[in-house]
Amino acid sequence: MNTIADFIPPILVAQGAFWLMVFITLTGAILAVIPSKIVHNILGLAQAMFGVAGIYLFLGSQFVAMMQLLIYVGAICVTYIFGIMLSPPLELERKKQTRIREAMALIVSVIGFVVIVQMIAQTPWAPYAAPGRDWTTKTLGQALLTRYFLVFELISLLLAVAIVGAILIVDRGWYLIGGPGHKRK
Amino acid sequence: MESLLTYLVLGALMFCIGIFGLLQQNSLIGMLIATELILNGAGMNFMAFGMFLTPDPTVGQVFTLFIMGVAAAEAAIALSIIITIYRRFKEIRVDGISELKG
Repeated sequence: MNTIADFIPPILVAQGAFWLMVFITLTGAILAVIPSKIVHNILGLAQAMFGVAGIYLFLGSQFVAMMQLLIYVGAICVTYIFGIMLSPPLELERKKQTRIREAMALIVSVIGFVVIVQMIAQTPWAPYAAPGRDWTTKTLGQALLTRYFLVFELISLLLAVAIVGAILIVDRGWYLIGGPGHKRK
Repeated sequence: MESLLTYLVLGALMFCIGIFGLLQQNSLIGMLIATELILNGAGMNFMAFGMFLTPDPTVGQVFTLFIMGVAAAEAAIALSIIITIYRRFKEIRVDGISELKG
């Protein structure tokens, strides 16, 4: 019985999978930014988030990878789709002024990238090497409910406030900014 | 593959692609998408630091989860503001919304 491990060594498969995830992430990020159709941007964002979830798996955390898939691909991208359905236009034309803006944005981001990479290269990182580290969901859950309980509660409170605020803005925003037909009392 | 620098450079790349998109996009939703990329670049850095540098491996994961919660809240609020702006101006391009310019 031949398996794939007989032909290709497993370490090579793992490395190939890692670089495939990096490729998926970067192409998704570029797709999320470059095209002028917003739907394509959102699909690119979903692809990039998928790749990031794979990289989190390589970093050893199944729980955060699943949360990445659930929250970003499952919730945020779908919410954006609803957002563009409620506020067209879906496609934007490029003007001449936009070309100049694109060039400036490219210059700024390239300079920022060079500076960050230089900083990364110059910092003397001291790796903490400890074999057999515990990355399981059980440990994370216990930490979240004991030591980082305040963080956990704060996320819940923030999300509740955000939901109420979003509903209020969409429902009463027209009234709050004093649009026609909605006189302030 | 198993080095801190790979993850840090990948996070920096995502961050800078996000900055590029934020500066270059003409629509509010496009800028919001670029913001998500920036937040994810930061989250990737935290996960890498948690894996390679700290003695307590849960710190990076907790921080990344916190970033995700903040990103979800931010997306909800920003989308509701965008929908309100669209009702008011019939426009979500940043060039068209210039009432506060004076």
